[in-house]
Amino acid sequence: MRLAGTIVAALLLADAAGATEIPTAERRSGYSFMTPETQTIQDDETANPGLLWALDGEALWKRKAGTADKACADCHGDASTSMKGIAAHYPAFDKALGHPVDLGQRINLCRTDHQKASPLAYESRDLLALTALVARQSQGAAIETGSDPQLEPFIAKGRELFMQRQGQLNLGCANCHDDNWDKRLAGSAITQAHPTGYPQYRLEWQSLGSLQRRLRACITGVRAQAYDYGAPELVELELYLMSRARGMPIEAPAVRP
Amino acid sequence: MARPADQSAAACLVAALLALPAAAGAQTLRPYAIVGDAIPEPLTTTRGDVARGRALVVERTSTCILCHSGPFPEQKSQGDLAPSLAGSGSRWSEAQLRLRLVDASSLNAATIMPSYYRLDGLQRVGPSWRGKPILSAEQIEDIVAYLASLRE
Repeated sequence: MRLAGTIVAALLLADAAGATEIPTAERRSGYSFMTPETQTIQDDETANPGLLWALDGEALWKRKAGTADKACADCHGDASTSMKGIAAHYPAFDKALGHPVDLGQRINLCRTDHQKASPLAYESRDLLALTALVARQSQGAAIETGSDPQLEPFIAKGRELFMQRQGQLNLGCANCHDDNWDKRLAGSAITQAHPTGYPQYRLEWQSLGSLQRRLRACITGVRAQAYDYGAPELVELELYLMSRARGMPIEAPAVRP
Repeated sequence: MARPADQSAAACLVAALLALPAAAGAQTLRPYAIVGDAIPEPLTTTRGDVARGRALVVERTSTCILCHSGPFPEQKSQGDLAPSLAGSGSRWSEAQLRLRLVDASSLNAATIMPSYYRLDGLQRVGPSWRGKPILSAEQIEDIVAYLASLRE
C-alpha cells in the first residue's frame, strides 16, 4: 500500500512539474547526437584537444605548490592508479563542509588544506588541466554519483532547480532536456543533458570548460541571472545531473559542438 | 558654502539620480483586453509592418526561429520544437496571433512558448532583461502582421 502511495505521489510530482524524466533504458550520451566527424575528434587521442589539458595536468600534478611545498603526487602518487574511478563519484559529500563539492572544488580544497596554496580560479587553465587529468582516469567507468545517502537533500534541490522555470524566456532545464531532447533548437540537437564528459572541449568555446560553465551558459540562454561560479545551486544542479546519469560511462575529456 | 535648503535640494537630486537606472530599466506595458482566445485591438495605433515583421522573425535574438521553422529558406538554423509558422495566417486571425505572442501561457499554462509581452510572474530574470518585455508592442504588431500574411 505504502509503495503504491509513494508511486502515486511520485507521479503527481512529475505531473506537477510538467516534465517526464527520461527512462533509464532510453538515456543517451551527447556523443550519440554528434556527427561522425565530431565523434572521431573525441575518440582520436591525437585529435582530442582536451588531452592537451590533461597533459598539462600531468606536469602540474608533479609540481610542488604552496607553503607546504608539496605536489599532488607527493600524497597521491601516480594519478593513473590513485585517481582511477574517482571522478565517477563527483560531486561528493564533504563531511567538514557539510555539503557536496564538485571535482574542481575538491582539487582546490586539497590545495588550500594540504598544499597550503591559494585556490585556482574557476575555469583557469590550471584548474581545468588538473580536473581533466583526474577525470580522464575514470574514462569508461560507470558514473556512481549520488549513492551516498547524505546527498539526497542536495539531489532533491538540484532536481527542483532543473524543473524550475526562470528568466525572461520563463523556461526550465526540463522543458528542453527532459521533454524535447529529440528535437532541434535553432538546428542544433538539444540532447538529454547527461554530463558524461566534463571537463569537456566545446568547439563553440574553442576551449576546455567545466559543467558549471555550461550550466551558466544555459541559464543565461533563458535570460535568467546566472549563478556565480561555485554557488551551491550550480553544484546541486551538477549533482542532480550526474546522479541521473548514474551507470553511464565517463567520457572525459569529451568533445562537443 | 551651501545653505541647508541647497543641500536638501542636492540630496533630492542625488536620490533621483540614484533611482534613475531602475526607473529607466523598467517599462510599463500598454493595457490590452483579452476576448475569448484573442486580443482584438492592436497594441499600437500604427499598423504592423509585414516586412519588418519578417525581419524580426528571422532575427535570432527575437527567439522565434530557435523553436519554429517557417517559409524563410535562407535561414539555415531553424528549430523544430514548435509548429512551422508557414500558414499561420490561414490558421489564426490577427487577434488570435496577438494573444499567442503576448501571453501564450494564458491559453496553456504548460506551454514552452514564452510570453513576449509580459513582466509579471517571472523568476530570476537577468539584469539585462529585467523589467522589459521580450518584444516591444511595435515589434509584436509587426510580427502579427507578418504571420497573418502567411497563408496556405
